[in-house]
Amino acid sequence: MAFALTPEREQQVEDVLTRYPERRAALLPILWLCQRQNGWISPDVVKYVAERLELSTSIVKGVVTFYTMFFDEPVGENVVWVCRTLSCDLRGGKAIQERLESKLGCKAGHSSSDGKFTLLKAECLAACGQAPMVQINDHYYENLDLELLDRIIDTHAAKGAEAAAAEFSTFASFHAPTDGDAGSRSSVSSAPPPPSREAVRVATQPPPPADEKGDES
Amino acid sequence: MSAPTKPLLTARYGISESWKLANAERTGAYRIAREALTSRKPADLKDEVKKANIRGRGGAGFPAGVKWGFLNKQEGEEIYLVINADESEPGTFKDRSIMDLDPHRLIEGAIISCFAIDAHVAYIYVRGELAVSIGRLEQAIADARQAGYLGERPFGIDHAIEVYVHSGAGAYICGEETALLNSLEGRRGEPRLKPPFPAVKGAFGMPTIVNNVETIASVPDIVDMGGDAWSSLSRLPLDGGVRIYGVSGHVKNPGLYEAPVGITMRELIEDYAGGMLGDRPLKAVIPGGSSTPVLDPRRKVDAPAEAHPLHKWHGQSEIDVPMGVDTYRALGTMLGTCCAIVMDDTVNMVEACRNLMRFYKHESCGQCTPCREGCGWLVDVLDNLCEGRGKVADVALLVNISNNMMGNTICAFADGTAMPMLGMVQKFREEFMEAAARDVPEGVRHDESVLAMVEGRA
Repeated sequence: MAFALTPEREQQVEDVLTRYPERRAALLPILWLCQRQNGWISPDVVKYVAERLELSTSIVKGVVTFYTMFFDEPVGENVVWVCRTLSCDLRGGKAIQERLESKLGCKAGHSSSDGKFTLLKAECLAACGQAPMVQINDHYYENLDLELLDRIIDTHAAKGAEAAAAEFSTFASFHAPTDGDAGSRSSVSSAPPPPSREAVRVATQPPPPADEKGDES
Repeated sequence: MSAPTKPLLTARYGISESWKLANAERTGAYRIAREALTSRKPADLKDEVKKANIRGRGGAGFPAGVKWGFLNKQEGEEIYLVINADESEPGTFKDRSIMDLDPHRLIEGAIISCFAIDAHVAYIYVRGELAVSIGRLEQAIADARQAGYLGERPFGIDHAIEVYVHSGAGAYICGEETALLNSLEGRRGEPRLKPPFPAVKGAFGMPTIVNNVETIASVPDIVDMGGDAWSSLSRLPLDGGVRIYGVSGHVKNPGLYEAPVGITMRELIEDYAGGMLGDRPLKAVIPGGSSTPVLDPRRKVDAPAEAHPLHKWHGQSEIDVPMGVDTYRALGTMLGTCCAIVMDDTVNMVEACRNLMRFYKHESCGQCTPCREGCGWLVDVLDNLCEGRGKVADVALLVNISNNMMGNTICAFADGTAMPMLGMVQKFREEFMEAAARDVPEGVRHDESVLAMVEGRA
């Protein structure tokens, strides 16, 4: 059956088209909408997008294959990207990948046999200060150790992606020493980063206590 | 040598739910934009940015005020502002914090910048992985629009401004400004030949300014304090203000730190990041993203001539030179994004180098042969060296391949690959020779020193 977006997403397409002076500029946003609905960019999706934007299918396909986040083959229910670039590797990225491989029962680049997970190696995900980290679907999970990683994957398997994200996912973290507001839990990386919970410190605060410091000057 | 009296860029980071409009406004968000749009002239605002001496925060360090000055709008043309949030240079993780924790500062900067350069539309190109940041930004834009700060008449004045988020889809090269423009236009993210430069012919064939997130987020403070005052927060001339430094790798407190331009790498590691993890010795530091040649703390600055820009630091360690665009260029490296990757003495540099070259091999867009083939060859040679199949001649081969990549391609990607490669061989030659003689043993893999921590044994 030919691919079509839901009426709600069609409305989003109309909105996106108003943002650019050229129709073609909506290509990436529309591909994103399609992938969110379909899980991957199938040949039917390519055909649909090409017709919608009055482009040839080869142009659409050429764009799809250029970007690593567009899948041109089906993937598992959850996509796990494990960062293996230098900052993560310096803090154990390789061990994280190996644990994922044994836990999911598949090598990087493959899917688990139950189709629940696809494991992929990622190049730098720009979370270097919170290394090692993985991205699962839309969310980052940072300051990992093997025990925390196990809990995240187990929660995904048992309670689903949303529950795991609510409990463990992180965004750019900041821990103000005086922030006692429990309601802002999500503003603090949920995993206590080894060895300090503070991800951002501003220069105007006094330098860290002398006992923490290898004073050389 | 004065430190700023209060944090600027990160001022709202500690506030509970700082990304929400009401919380941001309680601490002054949009006050500066309102004043700028209702009571100041675009030319004055441009002038402040020029006087601020702000060097582009995306890595190249080009003065933003000078870039703005290249605009020369012709009849029938429309100017676009494009904000580069495709942060993906290994080691760099600062822009995400602005989008996640203070999106309204970025939007306020975009409003003032649009008004100053006579643009009506700003696109924020965010890397596709950052779904959370994209959601935050979109919500923040909707709220700002609702409040009357964006739209047909922002703050009631007759200068329409819209800000849109455009999501990338996973490609480091889209951080190169012309590749980004192609990606914005719905094409493969392949860099364009320059000239014409974007300021003449950019997005949709129109004059376009492409600035980094942090650059635009600095604009409100610049126009509020005045360019001269903001510039003088820096410890260096012609390289103004404060910036967000990042530290990752083998330090006690990896993370982001706001500080004046011109602190030293030693200060960043010792004072801000709490020193080396496990108090092990510092072996090497990549100063500002993986494309910037590595620093070796054992090496001394060699600038005996008084006219040399680094003469003041003659005889001191490389890591004691203030971090600035010009000082680091004189040192033979680059300041880049000011996000350092710190490595202790357990790291094997050949292995670290292989890791980074794999990144470049994966990310080369493939348009130019020297880059596409060169990146692959570098990885092949490094694989051989690491796995016991290397020859002594391979070390010279790495240099040869790198030299053939430099300056022979459309964009700076190949240079950004070859320069750090050459820096590694130049500064840690003995390790490459040793690897050629007897591979890199498993026991000195670069993550060995923290494995215990990840495994919960520490």
